Amino acid sequence: MPRMRLELTVNGMTRTAEVFPMARLLDVLREDLGLTGTKEGCGEGECGACSVLMDGELVNSCLVPAVQAQGARITTIEGLARDGALDVLQRTFLACNGAQCGFCTPGMVLAAEDLLRRCPHPGEAEIRAGLAGNICRCTGYVKIVEAVQAAGGLRAGPDAGARELP
Amino acid sequence: MRGNVPECEVRVPGTLEEALDMLAREPGRWRPLAGGTDLMVPFAAGRLPDTRFLSLQRLGPLRAIEADDEGITLGALATYTDVRRHPWIQRHLPNLVQSALVTGAVAIQNRGTLGGNLVNGSPAADSPPSLLAYDARVELASLRGTRWVPYEAFHTGYKRTVMAPDELLTRIRVPRPGTGFHFYRKVGTRAAQAVAKVCLAAFARAEDGVVRELRIGLGSLAPVPCRARAAEAAVLGRPLDALPLEAARAALMGDISPIDDIRSTARYRRTVAANVLVQMLAELAVSLNLRG
Repeated sequence: MPRMRLELTVNGMTRTAEVFPMARLLDVLREDLGLTGTKEGCGEGECGACSVLMDGELVNSCLVPAVQAQGARITTIEGLARDGALDVLQRTFLACNGAQCGFCTPGMVLAAEDLLRRCPHPGEAEIRAGLAGNICRCTGYVKIVEAVQAAGGLRAGPDAGARELP
Repeated sequence: MRGNVPECEVRVPGTLEEALDMLAREPGRWRPLAGGTDLMVPFAAGRLPDTRFLSLQRLGPLRAIEADDEGITLGALATYTDVRRHPWIQRHLPNLVQSALVTGAVAIQNRGTLGGNLVNGSPAADSPPSLLAYDARVELASLRGTRWVPYEAFHTGYKRTVMAPDELLTRIRVPRPGTGFHFYRKVGTRAAQAVAKVCLAAFARAEDGVVRELRIGLGSLAPVPCRARAAEAAVLGRPLDALPLEAARAALMGDISPIDDIRSTARYRRTVAANVLVQMLAELAVSLNLRG
């Protein structure tokens, strides 16, 4: 069967690829567009490692067929840093030791990004619910929750991003 | 590349009529694909025989949710997130909000659809017990016309439904339950991302201290999501201050036929289902008694 011409906006840039319509968005990002920051964990929508934002909503990219991403705006982990400077959330993950092996981290950061957009000052329960679809086998989650809480505090202030990190 | 990605053909109809026309021309040839959260799993693993898909992503009107005085009509493509956030549903159908909240987690809720949850036919799905407790109906559309089917009659066996190969499930209608008692309990391995071992939803109403209306929907306890008709009958007409808990517990055993599988055992499911039923009835008695 023929491939389709897929046109996407990925991290603010228009990208095109010739892909099979039932190819997973995850594979399109990693293999056709070379964006290997997005990880494959379970491949079944259970672990959240492949989380990206699609038209402003958190999705598991392993469960989205390419045909359903036609024309979509996608944000991957590569899209958070600006001009080589890490985003606040990425910096708080570093500062709070919210990453160990790092495999869940791209998905975890995007789930946290999605949460902070909807809920700028999340409490612990909101953070745990917002990240419930993202599994980490290293940290025990405490450091991740702290990182998201810290980022919420930093981002929401008038001088967001300019303050000292914890 | 896994599954049979290169062999697959996908059509993206722009209107419901176009979709129904394709189904009518070649019944059974096109597998409807909504949010993909169920189908993409066996597909990517090479366990789905289908290679021709009808992607429903452009059928925007089928995502609409419209409430009126008597109830609410949900388009089959409404997502769990749409359901969770809808003010009318939050106010009148708390069990359905709970169903949406415990389905997967945020990313699944953003893509998975209510219609897909029903058509997929899993006995362990999270929204069917609530729809049974609220006495929902589903609309099936084809070029031959549309028909409304009580949701209780929709599933005919494990992963089988009353749908003809040329039909699409287009809408779900839930009557406004009015003032009463709502209960939803899913028992799973963890709060998020779990498939239910046992699920029980209920709606009840009392008059003059007597149970006058009770519907109990069950999940993961039979080959299909089903009502607990015998347990309901044991309680209907009984006074709130003397509910026959043991009789209801015994009657429930006639309503269910659980199995051993990777998630649980039949014995565990029987015991826990009975315990959840008794917990529900105890809360029902207190809640409806307080309201007089």
